[in-house]
Amino acid sequence: MINVDKKYDVIVVGGGHNGLVCATYLAKDGRSVLVVEANDCLGGASATSEFADQFSVSSCAHWLFQLNPDIASAMGLNNQGMQLAARDLSTIALAEDGNHLTINGNNLEGGDISEEDRQAFVAFNKKILKFCQLLAGAFNRRAPKLVEGNLTDRLTLAKLGLGMKMLGKEDMSDLMRLALINIYDVMEENFDNELLKGAISLDSLLGSHMGPRSPNTVYGYLYRRMGDIFGFKGPAVVKGGMGAVGQAMADAARAKGVDIEVGAAVSKINIDVDRATGVTLADGRVVNAGLVVSNADPKTTFNKLVGLSNIETGVARRVKTLRMKGDAAKLHIALDSLPAFKGLTEQQMGQRLVIAPSMNYIEAAFNASKYGEYSQAPAMDISIPTIHDPSLAPDGKHVMSVIVQYAPYELKEGWSDKSKEAFKNLVLDRIADFAPGLRDSIIASELLTPVDLEERFHIHGGHWHHGEISLDQILMMRPFPGASQYGTSVDGLYLCGAGNHPGGGVMGLAGHNAAKEIIKRGQSA
Amino acid sequence: MIPHDETMILETPFYSRCLAACEINLWEDWKGYRSAAAYTSVEQEYFAVRSNTGVFDISPMIKYRFTGPDAEAYLNRLVTRDISKLGIDRVAYTVWCDDNGQVMDDGTIFHLGENDYRLCAYARCLDWLMWSAEGFDVTIVDETAEIAALAVQGPTSCSVFKNMGFTGIENLKPFGINRYPFEGSEVMISRTGFTGDLGYEIWVDPALAETFWDRLFEAGKLWGIRAIGSAALDMLRTETGFLQAGVDFIPAEEAIRTGRSRSPFELGLGWLVSFDKPVFNGRKALLKEKKEGSRYAFVYLDVEGNKPAEHAFIYAGSKEVGTVTTAAWCPTAKTNVAFAQVDAQYGKVGQELVAEIYYERELKWTRVMAKCTVIEGAVFNPPRKRQTPAPDF
Repeated sequence: MINVDKKYDVIVVGGGHNGLVCATYLAKDGRSVLVVEANDCLGGASATSEFADQFSVSSCAHWLFQLNPDIASAMGLNNQGMQLAARDLSTIALAEDGNHLTINGNNLEGGDISEEDRQAFVAFNKKILKFCQLLAGAFNRRAPKLVEGNLTDRLTLAKLGLGMKMLGKEDMSDLMRLALINIYDVMEENFDNELLKGAISLDSLLGSHMGPRSPNTVYGYLYRRMGDIFGFKGPAVVKGGMGAVGQAMADAARAKGVDIEVGAAVSKINIDVDRATGVTLADGRVVNAGLVVSNADPKTTFNKLVGLSNIETGVARRVKTLRMKGDAAKLHIALDSLPAFKGLTEQQMGQRLVIAPSMNYIEAAFNASKYGEYSQAPAMDISIPTIHDPSLAPDGKHVMSVIVQYAPYELKEGWSDKSKEAFKNLVLDRIADFAPGLRDSIIASELLTPVDLEERFHIHGGHWHHGEISLDQILMMRPFPGASQYGTSVDGLYLCGAGNHPGGGVMGLAGHNAAKEIIKRGQSA
Repeated sequence: MIPHDETMILETPFYSRCLAACEINLWEDWKGYRSAAAYTSVEQEYFAVRSNTGVFDISPMIKYRFTGPDAEAYLNRLVTRDISKLGIDRVAYTVWCDDNGQVMDDGTIFHLGENDYRLCAYARCLDWLMWSAEGFDVTIVDETAEIAALAVQGPTSCSVFKNMGFTGIENLKPFGINRYPFEGSEVMISRTGFTGDLGYEIWVDPALAETFWDRLFEAGKLWGIRAIGSAALDMLRTETGFLQAGVDFIPAEEAIRTGRSRSPFELGLGWLVSFDKPVFNGRKALLKEKKEGSRYAFVYLDVEGNKPAEHAFIYAGSKEVGTVTTAAWCPTAKTNVAFAQVDAQYGKVGQELVAEIYYERELKWTRVMAKCTVIEGAVFNPPRKRQTPAPDF
């Protein structure tokens, strides 16, 4: 709650996970911090919601696989009651004939995988993780600026440069080559198995507006595999859904003295000519603070909360050209009983299931979205969390959560009840190809298009990374040059969300790095 | 519409008259338009403006129109001056900057009505203007080709207009705007110009351009009216201390090399920057510059001798401290003037510097080290430029 007697040092706009992480670190530093959140629950896109009577689901992100362990331990998330119902799960690439491929760490089973592919996969993982290890050195600190010659930035750059040199000549040139090409070519270089190539490709582009042949997908894959560096050997299911992560973070924040006001949308970030002075809430209340930290995405922050007319043209141009159009939908299904997937045991159905039988399948699915249409045969990432955590549904019943790729934010015909229903049926039919009895056990279902995700989570374009993760929008260019170290052109206004370095996913580093930067700047922040 | 597919170089609405007057056929390209560099002789044209009336076709000047509920707020964010203080039917000279506080261009803003403005610029910048419109309810139109314009400058210009029947024109104040009926339409006259003399600019429908020219020259016959080209104008603007974009500074968006653009302070145009208004492009950078100091200073120099100090290096003692951007012998002021950019710590009024001038006579190059003195500003600044009512010559 807002304490009217308190003079806040910092207001954090948005109680998403990065906002809560940022608030907690700032409070630990002795600042008095208020977090204001438009929704009634905390955690942002790390959320659990009831979508049908007594059926709950992780309503945006549904796996935990990137949460930074240093942040989790500094915030004491385990002490705050966050529990994993399952972890280090396998990924099973579904085949229509039931001869699925199971991927777990370096191990590959089924799917007629060849010995060559097995060996190539081990070598591939080794190389990828080596690259991830290198990147990790730049992830937990602010992105270096190239031109200003600041010592901290130079050290980060030197570390990156040295790290690249230490990769050895072959790997270094490979990294520089791979970073700029696409996952399709990389897969073709390494593997023969279509299911394997499809599953890895899907990981490289989930949530983005890219197909396997799009440049930047290799970076997308490295980004996803950062979870391995953070100790995840596969996705985890959080007990109570992803909302439990937000809840634990909120409790951690409160334990450090952070005040949190929920159900309070910020309508405006107040600016007194040269400096942010606080916020105006939708109900008209004005709260002042020395600093405003926005966890909203950069477009929402500048378009809606600051107003493009209140910033200079160059920045307005950067905001406008920032690429962030979501292309992934969420489908939630309440099930009367566990569906039967061809060729899968119940234990296997508890793993991460993906429908991406080949790279061309994904590329064809992407083709539609390029022209403003949803995929006729979409690629999917499926979770049945109730196998590990029965608390989400009534006894014996289940929920299924599906990330559906591709559902363009700007659908040519527009997202209406009619188009949503048609797309939902198409997705259900596609899943039923692998789980034939599915439709008979459906009690209720809910489709969230990028437009719905935008509305529900206040993310412009419904893009869960707050901006495409691609080489033009990473490091010193995330979200855009001039705002890449969490500070903005408006004095006293900082950004701490996924739109900033290193990026999205339930990772927490953007919020962490923003807090560190604010603390470092001290009085001059 | 500009028929770009039909011609490599465009003609202004006055072209037929310019062509007839251009006895020496000396043309140049001004932003895609055929424009006279000189009609007869540069000196004759220069003296027409200082003694009688000179007419310069300014139709190629880039003109943008801004309308809509946010037009004023939009321009106030775009340029450095406080446009909210500009009254209707008034004109203001201003610069506009990028986010780094570097001058993109200079020009004049005409306040034509409630939330209705015209901006006259040196360079085309529609992309920048459109980017700047994000977040504002403003309509922007490039009306360069939709308006014919002439600069009518010199001591007898007011008399010529009176003779044309523009009653009360003498009461128009500097930077003011009047409108007169003309051939069933309207001509807009502003008391503005680029010569530092008594003078006006007229703005008329291109369809009436030739008629206007004919009436003007008919009415001006006894007052020594004469068409002038850009070469004479360059002498005139130098004498009166006006900067020329692309010559005295490189528009920030055109500068390729880092550090080559300039801030308003570095061009001696700090008086155009108003920090008393809300955010505007360059505000943050300019506040910082004001606090921490500029890199360069812009100076007017009175150069010894009569050799124009074109492209000269400037020295303080033996140290090279800057270069000349514009230089000319100014006939009326009888002064050898140069504009120079020097390192910020130099250029206090009265300071003595040295210009290293190279000049050539019949293939022989000579170098002179000419003493020069930093002066306050324009060497030609006659009372008639400001007098209202305008004097009758």
